[in-house]
Amino acid sequence: MVESPVVQPPDEVIIRPPGQIRLEARDLHMYYGAFHALKGISMAVPACQITALIGPSGCGKSSFLRWFNRMNDVIDGVRVEGEVLLDGEDIFRPTLDVADLRKRVGMVFQAPNPFPMSIYDNIAYGPRLHGSPRRDELDQIVEESLRGAALWDEVKDKLRQSALGLSGGQQQRLCIARVLAVQPEVLLMDEPASALDPTATFHIEELMLRLKDQYTIMIVTHNMYQASRVSTHTGFFLLGELIEYGPTERIFENPLDKRTDDYVRGRFG
Amino acid sequence: MRIHPRTAQKIAFALLYLATGVVALTVVAIVLLMLLKGVPGLSVALFVKGSQALAPAIVGTLLLVLLTAVLATPVGVMAAVYLSEYARRGPLVRLIRLAIVNLAGVPSVVYGLFGMALFVMMLKFGRSLLAGSATLALLVLPLVISASEEALRQVPQRLRDGSLALGATKWQTVRRVVLPNALPGIITSLILAVSRAAGETAPILFTAAFFSLTDPYPNSVFDKVVALPYRLYAMSTEMPNMPPEQKWATALVLVLLVLGVNAGAIAYRTHLRRKQRW
Repeated sequence: MVESPVVQPPDEVIIRPPGQIRLEARDLHMYYGAFHALKGISMAVPACQITALIGPSGCGKSSFLRWFNRMNDVIDGVRVEGEVLLDGEDIFRPTLDVADLRKRVGMVFQAPNPFPMSIYDNIAYGPRLHGSPRRDELDQIVEESLRGAALWDEVKDKLRQSALGLSGGQQQRLCIARVLAVQPEVLLMDEPASALDPTATFHIEELMLRLKDQYTIMIVTHNMYQASRVSTHTGFFLLGELIEYGPTERIFENPLDKRTDDYVRGRFG
Repeated sequence: MRIHPRTAQKIAFALLYLATGVVALTVVAIVLLMLLKGVPGLSVALFVKGSQALAPAIVGTLLLVLLTAVLATPVGVMAAVYLSEYARRGPLVRLIRLAIVNLAGVPSVVYGLFGMALFVMMLKFGRSLLAGSATLALLVLPLVISASEEALRQVPQRLRDGSLALGATKWQTVRRVVLPNALPGIITSLILAVSRAAGETAPILFTAAFFSLTDPYPNSVFDKVVALPYRLYAMSTEMPNMPPEQKWATALVLVLLVLGVNAGAIAYRTHLRRKQRW
């Protein structure tokens, strides 16, 4: 049975899903120079579920995602106001070590970006950054990470070969394995399947569903079917604003806002 | 009157083609002239026989160039890493870049005088291999910096992002991802920059070069050296009795040396590019 939209007080639904909250943005504003890219986003992301951000190109969903591991720090001329919390702690506090944060909050990018080195060295890259693991420990991490990303069986006999020889879909799973190797708590995925064919996309989605018991996952996607297939919660962005946020089923079947309705029905975007 | 687009296109093509042809023809003309005039003067005796032998000059030039590379590489590459990876856009960085561009435009004879004042006299290196190489290093530094920066920029941003997102610091990212992937480009640019130093006369005129009849090989970096470009210069201006085919042969050797080094660098780069895909 579909809930009636008017019964739910929108603000409650929009801001706080039930259960443990892992990530939270509070009144987040972002400026690229004079351009107001994010206009006061407040959103709480539940632990160990998949939260999808949808919206047309340029709506700010990727920019928003990149605050949770402070990848926007890399860009010149960006200003931010508001708070982002990881387990209730502000990630903009001056004492925070950004490298530490990124270890806890991993990211998978739109285009697969394996390093031009062997499959083994790609996975071992993170663990080697954060310590000097023994050879047998490293072997174990590499195997577990590749198994975790459902890639082990395909590459176990060619770990020493260049990662650039893999197919696009395999490369993207390698990048996921590479993130798993540093044992993060959160996975941010920025359109992880948009450069892949349908079969590879299917593999990635299957993988996400398998990983969600252990990791809090946020995914940006321009593919609405993907959002509806994998996510438990969905937020709809438009022109730098979070228009609506709630359980995925309700967002797609019974949106409260006219603009959300138009978008999920494919009337624009 | 309106020219038909197809006619205009033909005229434009012809002009562009002509411009390219002029450049190519100049190179061919220089090399042909060198070969025609120089080859008759080439002989084993030219290289090894007597006080006028070329061998010491070739050795001297190679030593100068080698030491120049040793001096210019660390400074140039580190400056390039700073500019490409660390510097944020701002007035200071703009000023630094402007300085580098202008440094590249300073005439080489000015470098020679500056090198004499700084290295030969103030730092008391004397006229020596070291003073000459240090002067040449200053001369090629802008080339090394801009070429290395170019090589660093060729490394895709997504590799840096991937490394940073795994919790690497900026320096770890530079050392483990950016530099290894930029290295082939940096090395070839170095060779090309340094081969330019091989042909320069003015910077070593007051700082390193001499014309020895008895003991032409340097024993330490504080000895003077005989160098090919300076020899050619001295032969042409101070030795009216020198047979002309010997001068041409010397010029040919110098050109072949520089072209050889360049060709080697380009072949090496082509080889690496074929291996590299990202």
